Amino acid sequence: SRSRESFVGQLNAAVAEFKDAEDEEFWERVEEILVSSDVGVPTTAKLVAELEQEALRRNITSGAELKRLMVEHATKMLEGPVELDISHKPTVILMVGVNGTGKTTTIGKLSRFLPGTTMFAAGDTFRAAAIEQLQQWGERTGTPVIARDRGADAAAVAHDSIQAARREGTDVLLIDTAGRLHTKVNLMAELDKVHRVIGRQMPGAPHEVLMTVDATTGQNGLRQAKMFQEVAGLTGIILTKLDGTAKGGIALAIANEVGVPIKLVSVGEKVEDLHPFDAREFAEALFGDL
Amino acid sequence: MFDTLGDRLNKALDGVRGSGNLTEDQVKKVTREIRLALLEADVNYGVVKEFVSNVRERATGADVSKALSPGQQVVKIVNEELANLMGGTSHKLSFASRPPTVVMLAGLNGHGKTTTAGKLALFVRKLGKNPYLVACDTYRPAAIEQLQQIGRELSVPVYTEGTGPKPEEIAERGIKEAREGGYDFVIVDTAGRQVVDMDMMEEIKRVRSVSKPHSVLLVLDVVTGQNAVDVAQAFKEYADFDGMVLTKLDGDARGGAALSVVSVTERPIRFASEGEKMSEFDYFYPDRMAGRILGMGDVMTLIEKA
Ligand SMILES: Nc1nc2c(ncn2[C@@H]2O[C@H](COP(=O)(O)OP(=O)(O)OP(=O)(O)O)[C@@H](O)[C@H]2O)c(=O)[nH]1
Ligand SMILES: Nc1nc2c(ncn2[C@@H]2O[C@H](COP(=O)(O)OP(=O)(O)OP(=O)(O)O)[C@@H](O)[C@H]2O)c(=O)[nH]1
Ligand SMILES: [Mg+2]
Ligand SMILES: [Mg+2]
Repeated sequence: SRSRESFVGQLNAAVAEFKDAEDEEFWERVEEILVSSDVGVPTTAKLVAELEQEALRRNITSGAELKRLMVEHATKMLEGPVELDISHKPTVILMVGVNGTGKTTTIGKLSRFLPGTTMFAAGDTFRAAAIEQLQQWGERTGTPVIARDRGADAAAVAHDSIQAARREGTDVLLIDTAGRLHTKVNLMAELDKVHRVIGRQMPGAPHEVLMTVDATTGQNGLRQAKMFQEVAGLTGIILTKLDGTAKGGIALAIANEVGVPIKLVSVGEKVEDLHPFDAREFAEALFGDL
Repeated sequence: MFDTLGDRLNKALDGVRGSGNLTEDQVKKVTREIRLALLEADVNYGVVKEFVSNVRERATGADVSKALSPGQQVVKIVNEELANLMGGTSHKLSFASRPPTVVMLAGLNGHGKTTTAGKLALFVRKLGKNPYLVACDTYRPAAIEQLQQIGRELSVPVYTEGTGPKPEEIAERGIKEAREGGYDFVIVDTAGRQVVDMDMMEEIKRVRSVSKPHSVLLVLDVVTGQNAVDVAQAFKEYADFDGMVLTKLDGDARGGAALSVVSVTERPIRFASEGEKMSEFDYFYPDRMAGRILGMGDVMTLIEKA
């Protein structure tokens, strides 16, 4: 485009480190970093276009400044409310997501992360030992767990647990659900039912619907988030397994293209490995190699 | 949501069908579309670069067939290059000449190892084997109970020593137990791990070394993105896997990571896992995967139409 040509031209004239570089090299590097971090082509293109305009407008003259600007723009794209709304009594949090992304583990950690008393509901009545897994988290954190037998109706477990939380005066009720691929129509319908049962029993609930997204997820994460958003009305994303080698760029694509804020990050299997999402820190890590 | 590569090439080559060789401009347009399609399918950035440059070279180069239109030429080239990357045939399971055959599973957290352990047990039993499961995940809460429940469902014995001993000790004793019990196919389930966790990577190396497995399978979720190549290389180094299991194929992820990993590690994908039910498991067929990644069904139609 013209703006790119004039921008690159200007840059070449002004910045020593760009003087001998091929015009496209810097941009290729930016693109490589973003695409290799799973940000995806559309969001990468949007960021690069924004950066070009802004750099032109602000008359940016150095690579370091350019990088700073890039971080700034990514940060803006990522920024959103990170606080969980726990002002209700009880606050009901529903955990959703595709298989194996970290729902149950995150619930375990949230009992330590959140102030006040918590209770778990073993809403995954499907997977082998899903109930036992949550019960072990309950023991580990001293949290009561409401469960039925394997194969029971998940909505019935949710119903039981709201009753129990009210009875016990619990501050936050955390409801686990079975992992499901967003493409499974019947399983998504079941999730919709769980959601509706909760809302009928306690108007306004669930107060938070959090979706776990594994940081290693590629572009399919976008479809996951869109479908779960449609069916369960997400209030936030929890980016898990950020302790691995993946940068988790899909979160940027989700924030940009689906509009659901990232609220928490998970960086390990231990109870203390859950933190509020820090947009700037994340953006800086993303561009660390630039 | 995504256009298939077939649609994209159709668009990019709109109006050129039937004319002579591709112009430089047309090749540029076409390779751009191929590149985008591959990146959207999560093929690794580096792999895409190489792939596209091969296609470009061949499309502009000398080997232009007189019998084909430009569109056909490109499709043919893409098809061939893709087949090259994926490796040709599917790789069937082989068994140790002296039983038991030991298979160890390894992979990132939550990618489907324990489920695969059960599925593989059922799969080999259908082939007339007598399977045995060994529970070496001493970390994840209720990992052992999970394998036990799966074993119970399938009536396959599960060896466990709880979470106390080291995984390599459990593996060694479990395999011995299987041999003495007359079981001829042992599947060792291991804990999920991240490749930056060196203690855990050293551990999988030890489990491998005491298990002396006939085969090590890397279990990889088909949704994995760009990072898959680094992950697979690390597991190759520490667990020295000889094949892969691609899981969660029942979703709609394109699975470009699989292609990248095969091309970088030169290890084939042996099995496809496509569901939570124990029976939803089969050998992997590379040609089907190429179709999935790029919508080759459409590409083949394009070839036929062109
Ligand atoms: N390294 C690492 N592992 C994690 C993290 N979060 C979860 N895990 C692990 O990922 C695996 C799956 O976690 P679960 O909590 O069982 O995931 P889930 O979404 O409940 O899975 P399903 O209920 O089967 O769909 C387990 O091995 C967890 O210990 C994380 O932030 N880092
Ligand atoms: N839809 C679908 N789900 C699968 C498939 N394979 C495994 N799962 C689900 O993915 C989740 C994780 O599977 P596990 O077998 O526990 O994974 P793992 O690798 O053993 O996990 P860790 O031991 O925690 O590392 C569970 O909810 C499984 O039911 C598959 O092919 N399709
Ligand atoms: Mg779970
Ligand atoms: Mg497991």
